[in-house]
Amino acid sequence: MSTPTTHEAAAFAGAALALGDDALVLSQRLGEWAGAAPVLEEEVALANIALDLLGQARVLLSLAGDEDELAFLREERSFRNVQLVEQPNGDFAHTIARQLYFSTYQRLLYGQLAAGDGPFSGLAAKAVKEVAYHQDHAEHWTLRLGDGTAESHDRMQRACDALWRYTGELFQPVDGLDLDHEALESAWLASVTDVLGRATITLPSGPRTGAWAAGAGRQGLHTESFGRMLAEMQHLHRSHPGATW
Amino acid sequence: MTSDGWPLWEVFVRSRRGLSHTHAGSLHAPDAEMALRNARDLYTRRSEGVSIWVVPSTAITASSPDEKDPFFEPAADKPYRHPTFYEIPEGVKHL
Repeated sequence: MSTPTTHEAAAFAGAALALGDDALVLSQRLGEWAGAAPVLEEEVALANIALDLLGQARVLLSLAGDEDELAFLREERSFRNVQLVEQPNGDFAHTIARQLYFSTYQRLLYGQLAAGDGPFSGLAAKAVKEVAYHQDHAEHWTLRLGDGTAESHDRMQRACDALWRYTGELFQPVDGLDLDHEALESAWLASVTDVLGRATITLPSGPRTGAWAAGAGRQGLHTESFGRMLAEMQHLHRSHPGATW
Repeated sequence: MTSDGWPLWEVFVRSRRGLSHTHAGSLHAPDAEMALRNARDLYTRRSEGVSIWVVPSTAITASSPDEKDPFFEPAADKPYRHPTFYEIPEGVKHL
């Protein structure tokens, strides 16, 4: 392997940061369910998924710098996660819709990275197995909520509609990631369309790209609730710098 | 909210190939598929298992504690039924 140029090294660190922030922020959101999930069994399931994501975030952020500094001492504008993962948990249907959209994307993304010979292929090959379970979990709940009672159906439909506009951002090119974005997006759309169809949920028809779509998280622009989430995530480390146990 | 209304499931985990499934505990789940997934999260995430069974708790018929004596007492004084007179060959671990 030839020595990477300065640009390549910067792109690699930037890509690691983007993927690491996705995993870190979603992990924090899912962790918010601890003690508040609808049932104990589901709380454990969500915590497991959160811990998988935290593990991925630690590896990825370590590639970009010091993991603790990156997680706990950056300002909101320096985070590079997509806006989808920072969206509030909402009701259980919102959490599941967010999981469905994101885990489907992440599985396809890691699948492509694992198949390539880029710098992320090793960790992607490991993570893709974890993410396959996250997707399976989200799909099973989508089917049960969508095809469940009238109320669960309505809530699932609302959640899928509300988060739809954040999904276009997932397929914006990221410098440093060698991906076939068109294949990624069409496979994602096919998978989500199939699951929502089986769950008797109408595929949302709102815009996913362009002026009316949300999404500039990769550029450091985040939505209102993200600041509060960061404050909660970072306050301990900022209050007691270097604390250990 | 609680899981009231969700049936109870008994979970059996096989820890290694060649061993039998062992009762690991129980959990609530809306159906068998979800019970399997909950069991995976609750009982196998520290790589305790290679196979899981879930069984509706209502499908299990158990002996009653009241019947303990007629059920099990008669076996106690018949040592010839117990295979204690054999030497177990070396290398046999799970007998």
